[in-house]
Amino acid sequence: MGVIQVQEPGLFTTVQDLGREGFGPLGVSASGAADAISLRLGNHLVGNAEGAAGLEMTLLGGTFLFPDGGIVALTGSDFGAAVDGAQVALWTSIEVKPGQTLRLGPTRSGARCYLCVRGGIDVKLFLGSASTHILSGLGGHEGRSLRKGDRLKIGPANGAAPERRLSANALKHMLPRKILRVTPGPQSDWFPEAAQRMFYESRYRVAEESNRMGIRLEGGAVPEGAGGKMISEGVSLGAVQVPDGGQPIILFVEQQTTGGYPKIANVISADFHCLGQLRPRDEIRFERVDWETARALLREQEEFLVSEELIFE
Amino acid sequence: MDTSASEGARFQPVSDQSVLITFGTEISLTAHQQVMKLLRLLQLEPVAGVRNLHPAYCSLLVKFDALRLRHEEGEAILRQYLARLEDVKLPELRHLEIPVCYGGEYGQDLDDVCVLHGKTAEQVVELHASVEYLVYFLGFVPGFAYMGGLPEGLVTPRLATPRRRVPAGSVGIAGNQTGVYPFATPGGWRVIGRTPVAMFRADREGLSLLSIGDRVRFAPISADRFAALEKEWA
Repeated sequence: MGVIQVQEPGLFTTVQDLGREGFGPLGVSASGAADAISLRLGNHLVGNAEGAAGLEMTLLGGTFLFPDGGIVALTGSDFGAAVDGAQVALWTSIEVKPGQTLRLGPTRSGARCYLCVRGGIDVKLFLGSASTHILSGLGGHEGRSLRKGDRLKIGPANGAAPERRLSANALKHMLPRKILRVTPGPQSDWFPEAAQRMFYESRYRVAEESNRMGIRLEGGAVPEGAGGKMISEGVSLGAVQVPDGGQPIILFVEQQTTGGYPKIANVISADFHCLGQLRPRDEIRFERVDWETARALLREQEEFLVSEELIFE
Repeated sequence: MDTSASEGARFQPVSDQSVLITFGTEISLTAHQQVMKLLRLLQLEPVAGVRNLHPAYCSLLVKFDALRLRHEEGEAILRQYLARLEDVKLPELRHLEIPVCYGGEYGQDLDDVCVLHGKTAEQVVELHASVEYLVYFLGFVPGFAYMGGLPEGLVTPRLATPRRRVPAGSVGIAGNQTGVYPFATPGGWRVIGRTPVAMFRADREGLSLLSIGDRVRFAPISADRFAALEKEWA
């Protein structure tokens, strides 16, 4: 079993898998990869189970030494990766030879790039998941983002390493959308028509202080609803809440589990991975779809992710 | 068979993978009992396809696998659970005491709370420590207990601008609620004291000190006692 030595951590790099579901009653949110599809595909490319732990890099990638080598794949956004100075492609399995260094730089596309390694990143699981939960300092590598000098263990892998790349068709399919599809939120009908119009017709800019807990938006202020008094209630991933002041916040993977702001809409599950690629200052819009469409899009996405033409060996 | 819980419950789809079940439009002990019983039943007899549960004052958010369940199917199953709530036995009540050092560096908003209510610090502390609170649910962050039952004389609006960082262990009040911040997080509750007790520990059975339905009292301690306990439990 090999290791990865962190020579430069990048801006904000954490260990993530597909998160820990089922601990809402303790106030523990699922966490997990911000762009779960990129993580799943990365794992597929190196022959891991799709939920193996990988590294999630944000806006600026790190530099990683592989003393014992490894089979890796980079997915998500293009952070200009190179192995010992030679550029390497995204969405393909790459052999890193013992002693070689993988270096990534600033993003050339979206917010996050995933580094998956054959065997997965081996950390002690917290509540069944390797995901880092930053706010509580739990999970992942010591409950925090990576630092220079960290050593990460690579898990065991059996059999021959695959040589795989994603099909061009799949890549087209994966392009993150800037028009996010939403279904109505639980307090949708609190917001009068003028407020709805403002919400669906405005372009919103992703604010700098956005993070894995929430994506803060700046743009057309949604006028306050007159529906009644909010009592704190459970909140769902992708909920679009409208606090005082009317600038919406999309609750994201490290979301609070309950909240007291009215929610006008909820991003559909099929578009969650797009949220993970939003950078500060990106512009987005919302488009309303019905429940059937939301479900159909998710089914289509999941079918696509297991389809034969997705990956070439 | 009790059908009132099912009839009184409102089902609302809140996302393509979750549904919110609400018991009434007010915070009440009756509604909360129903939340706890439904949660308990769903924990004892998990529904295939249900992935997570988020209880709150008078509601339960049920997250499910959208490829396995549609909202209508989920509701039909959950209504059968609701019909059985009458028979659900809740675990025996737990009474806990949390030591708190009030005011000073640990309770930076205590003075403001005194001014707002025209009380002395001693009166505010005595009042806060005089009653037993009910843990309605854990939410916001791991192990944060929303406790109800704050005496009328302490009902205080939250800070106009939330703080970027409230230290772990801070005891706050907001509206008619009180709670303890398990981790250093942003927060808008008025901080009146701090406890040396760890509210959430990954290496402890049950993880969270408090659970839904617990009864909690706060016991005032001195700064010296705080320091001693902090050292003892470190």
